[in-house]
Amino acid sequence: MTIALAIVIGAAAGVLAGLFGVGGGILFVPALLMLGLGQHQAEATSLLAIVPVVFVGSWRQNRYGNIRWASVWKLGLGSLVGVVGGGLLAERLNPGSLQRLFGLLVIAIALEMGWRALRDDAASEPPPG
Amino acid sequence: MIVLIGLFAGFYGGLFGVGGGTIIVPALIWLGQRPKVAAATSLAAIGITAVAGAIFYLWYGEVRVLYALLLGIPAATGAVFGTAFQQRLQSRVLTALFAVLLAAIGLKLVIG
Repeated sequence: MTIALAIVIGAAAGVLAGLFGVGGGILFVPALLMLGLGQHQAEATSLLAIVPVVFVGSWRQNRYGNIRWASVWKLGLGSLVGVVGGGLLAERLNPGSLQRLFGLLVIAIALEMGWRALRDDAASEPPPG
Repeated sequence: MIVLIGLFAGFYGGLFGVGGGTIIVPALIWLGQRPKVAAATSLAAIGITAVAGAIFYLWYGEVRVLYALLLGIPAATGAVFGTAFQQRLQSRVLTALFAVLLAAIGLKLVIG
């Protein structure tokens, strides 16, 4: 039952990830919490679950020639150092604090998306006439 | 500058278990990249963050590989459909619905 639920949530998260052009971590973490993992385990597992999603997404985008690989390597170089720093900080925080911080992040992203939906509303008004 | 963006996005990704696309995409657009190029470049860079982060947390014994596969493999399939839907659906309505869903999840996590 848990396995079936995980597959369904994964597919739904993937559709949303494809729609919004992200890796899906913001959905994977709450899904994994729902499946019974602790905050640290959910975050760690989310990072691994992102890998196949971005692999497929990058493969498709590369065919359209949209990826600037020089920027990818520079971003990746910085992120290698950053991800270790972020991980070390996460390991020092207790699960409750980390979960509340993550919750605040999710709310911030929700507000940003809500604002974008309202702004696009104005921008996508059909031209008069 | 781009290395610094990567550093910050990686830190955020490692702390919260996400890829960091919400940081990289706006930053690249701010630096003058077209949105489509920014999103695609971000996606590839997230791959590096996610692999590095997963290896870091494997070291700490926090990764549940079975759960990652159970979510990640269907998600990769779903992402192909999501990209295709992107062209056809009212993205404004979807963005608003997604914002409401995330707001509910966020509130639940903060309140506990």
